[in-house]
Amino acid sequence: MLRIPCPYCGPRDETEFAYGGEAHIARPQNPATTTDADWADFLFMRKNPKGRHRERWMHARGCRQWFNVERDTVTHQIVTVYRMGEPPPETPR
Amino acid sequence: MADRTQWGSPLDAASWPPRGIFATVRFEERPFVGKLILRGSADTREFLDVSRAVLGFALPTTANTVAVDGDLAALWLGPREWMVTTTPEREADIAERLCRALVGQHAAVTDVSDGRTVIRLAGPSARDILMKGCPLDLHPREFVPGRCAQSQLARAQIILHQIDETPTYDLYVAPSFARYLWAWLVDAAAEYAIA
Ligand SMILES: [Zn+2]
Repeated sequence: MLRIPCPYCGPRDETEFAYGGEAHIARPQNPATTTDADWADFLFMRKNPKGRHRERWMHARGCRQWFNVERDTVTHQIVTVYRMGEPPPETPR
Repeated sequence: MADRTQWGSPLDAASWPPRGIFATVRFEERPFVGKLILRGSADTREFLDVSRAVLGFALPTTANTVAVDGDLAALWLGPREWMVTTTPEREADIAERLCRALVGQHAAVTDVSDGRTVIRLAGPSARDILMKGCPLDLHPREFVPGRCAQSQLARAQIILHQIDETPTYDLYVAPSFARYLWAWLVDAAAEYAIA
């Protein structure tokens, strides 16, 4: 069980949250001129790193806000959280 | 608006527990409490000012806190969302006044009175009973009167509001979950029954 610090509500149990996959994936600006390969890359290709990962979570059973989490996929350590639209904070390795 | 009280409340049929069976906790349904969802931006001066003019007090902008004045309360649910509660049948008037005052603003008022009922749990054992199924930190240093939170109790989605230091709690729960949650609470309270 993770304890996830919602940037609005503070630390809550993982059961209150929904996972939203990798963060900072921008939708192609102009789908009509985007190649199939680029579109597939946008839709399907994810980093799946061993280590630090920036990902989206939603406080589904709480304030229902989306936000970003930087988490270590090996240790499950949550390095930082930041709100939607904010640039990822610099985090020491 | 239809008279809700004619239809009966979600926990009308809950005859258990009989009054007085638990020494240190009291169960009660507060049926038909008026509930409005108010949405708008807490960063907009105008929205906050207009809301204060109608309600008579400022919307709480600190996360998970409640502002109360007489029979009106405003619970913070999210950075752009509050639940305004009031005595049964008064919600239509409040909603109309909010709607009229907020014309032209990026805001919304929705009557959700039938969307949840309220279970009131009061007494020295109330906190221990909730702690059996709620992931919130309910320690009196952390969760105090005037605090609210959306969370889960025994996997049911709830809004929890601590009223006083007795402690007294109001649990807002969907009608379809009310009888399940009531039964779960009665079971969780069994160890506090008299004899
Ligand atoms: Zn939250």
